[in-house]
Amino acid sequence: MHIVVCIKQVPDSAQIRVHPVTNTIMRQGVPSIINPYDLFALEEALRWRDQAGGTVTILTMGPPMAEDTMRKALTLGADRAVLLTDRCFAGSDTLATSFALATAIGKIGETWGPPDIVFTGKQTIDGDTAQVGPGIAKRLRFNQLTYVAKIDSLDPESRAITVERRAEGGLQVLQSRLPVLITMLEGTNELRRGSLDSALRAARAEVVRWGAAEAGVEDTAKCGLRGSPTVVKHVFAPKPRAEKAQIIETAAGPVRTQADAVIAAIFARQPGIESDLLRLARHS
Amino acid sequence: MSQEKFDAIVVGAGPSGNAAAYTLARKGLNVLQLERGEYPGSKNVQGAILYAKALEEIIPDFRESAPLERHIIEQRLWMLDDSSYVGMHYRSEDFNEDRPSRYTILRAQFDKWFSQQVRDAGAVLLCETTVTELLRDESGRVIGVATDRDNGTVYADVVILAEGVNGLVGRRSKLREELQPESVALAVKEMHFLPKDVIDARFNLKGGEGVVIEGMGTITEGMTGTAFIYTNNESLSVGIGCLVSDLAQTGRSPAGLLEAFKNHPSVKPLLAGSEIKEYAAHLIPEGGLKAMPELFGDGWIVVGDAGHFVNAVHREGSNLAMTTGRLAAETVADLKQRGVPCSKANLRAYTKRLEDCFVMKDMKKYKDIPSFLHGNRHLFDLYPRLVSKAAQNWFRVDGKDKLTKEKEILTSFRKGRTLSGLLGDAFKMARAWR
Repeated sequence: MHIVVCIKQVPDSAQIRVHPVTNTIMRQGVPSIINPYDLFALEEALRWRDQAGGTVTILTMGPPMAEDTMRKALTLGADRAVLLTDRCFAGSDTLATSFALATAIGKIGETWGPPDIVFTGKQTIDGDTAQVGPGIAKRLRFNQLTYVAKIDSLDPESRAITVERRAEGGLQVLQSRLPVLITMLEGTNELRRGSLDSALRAARAEVVRWGAAEAGVEDTAKCGLRGSPTVVKHVFAPKPRAEKAQIIETAAGPVRTQADAVIAAIFARQPGIESDLLRLARHS
Repeated sequence: MSQEKFDAIVVGAGPSGNAAAYTLARKGLNVLQLERGEYPGSKNVQGAILYAKALEEIIPDFRESAPLERHIIEQRLWMLDDSSYVGMHYRSEDFNEDRPSRYTILRAQFDKWFSQQVRDAGAVLLCETTVTELLRDESGRVIGVATDRDNGTVYADVVILAEGVNGLVGRRSKLREELQPESVALAVKEMHFLPKDVIDARFNLKGGEGVVIEGMGTITEGMTGTAFIYTNNESLSVGIGCLVSDLAQTGRSPAGLLEAFKNHPSVKPLLAGSEIKEYAAHLIPEGGLKAMPELFGDGWIVVGDAGHFVNAVHREGSNLAMTTGRLAAETVADLKQRGVPCSKANLRAYTKRLEDCFVMKDMKKYKDIPSFLHGNRHLFDLYPRLVSKAAQNWFRVDGKDKLTKEKEILTSFRKGRTLSGLLGDAFKMARAWR
């Protein structure tokens, strides 16, 4: 079985800040990490490879420095890593990204055998769109199984796969045929550490670097900024709404009188609340 | 278990480990370097001053690519009491040279760079891999290490322990004693960010020039310790450290001392308007020669802070670390070339190399300093006060004649510390310094 896992290098969002004046994201000095959702996809791929045999190929699109990310994935036990890196990919939105990745997966198929499963995380923590996975599936004409919480069964022989998909209001159990694209939910498995052998192999492994041409991308107009119809109109940090909070000093007097005063102030500002509450009280 | 056997395993990717791994790899040895941090530099803390000479011996053209902050053109030594300092400043245009001898650096960046050189030289680096213990054969010879990864044992002809001050692997493997509280200092530091031009103006600098301030006195409240301010490009490193035994005895927190130092009237204006972005703490082995553990044995060799290679008086450590790392590597490479094993008898050559250079000469010269400093709290309390009072008396023009002033100053010293005490301190100091 050949499994491709798409991962993305993202800035650690816990450490990112928006510049208070220019409203741009301050990326300087913010460490890069593997998109946390992608790690669940990677672990799931490694588990099924260990069980059913085969290979796992890691694919990412990003700047040359994304190689560190790839090496980490290799340390965890992936068999090979392909880094899609080319100036023409810069500035890609989800449409251009899924085009480039789908094309590269086609090339990976030609080179190392057609993939049976393509995994992605459910979304990235920097873009949060959840569009790239489905975009790849559409272009590859794979069935797409999104928001998968668990793979119940996978039979490489009959090419049947059963998964549990978390959907609004419940859990769907879906059956499909390989090849499929799966976007994995978080918390679905526990990431391994990687043995010393795989760490050693990863430290020495050559990360395959493909530019647009090597990846089989012919129409570069569909790539990068040119191929991206999405326009960012405005970036801003939401204002903290601390003005609505009020700290009441209990030392100022009996608690009950103070609470009464606060409630009276709220009712005065929003008269509807009082009448609603009274109506509710009457009904119950 | 990894089937592969390496020529050498280096434990740790700080200055000593990187120096060792780089030197070995350049000499064509098959080197594995293991680092527990996420990346080299992620766990490493220093002031930090880089002494160029030690690195030049390893990477002669390091200035072309290493991330350096400022070269030092001025050294300020301060003796502080609660409201003043008596200082000795040395500033020279001669330090604006082609190849300056001291730089401020940011270790997170510098260590990353150094590690890249190590990997480019051909060493294999594994991060997030903790060495748990040393592996030995029946004769007790060290033959490899166990790590916290699955199937995590790996073998080598020699293990270089560059694991830093705590020496956890060495301790677990019974190669060394527990750290003694009186031979380690606990230092804390903060990074204060300021625009480059503000730092330039405040410290009278231009271009890439930098200043080092080292202070001692009542800021450590009688405890053995020092404080520092280093100028980086766009930040100041501000820190203070004291012997762990003193901190334990007084119950003072290092953070509290740092807070007081930052609020000292001589320091506060230098930091005004800055933004604190980092806070770090680190142990420094300051016990000197007498606190040093065994440095080598059958199949193992110790370098850097793990070997207590620190010259506390001159605030030198990373240069000793790099030099010992290089010398250990040269010793090993030499044995390898001659085709003889890294036995205890053969590794004795490491001691010879250490003794032939500044490392052991300085360690020996200052071997009595730690016990002298530790036994004399007057240095960090009484004397700074007396010196400051004397200076104030001397410089204050108040109608008193100079001869009376001289007498008052002498009397203040004799009242503070009796004549025999003064002479005794001077004698002990001179003897320890010799």
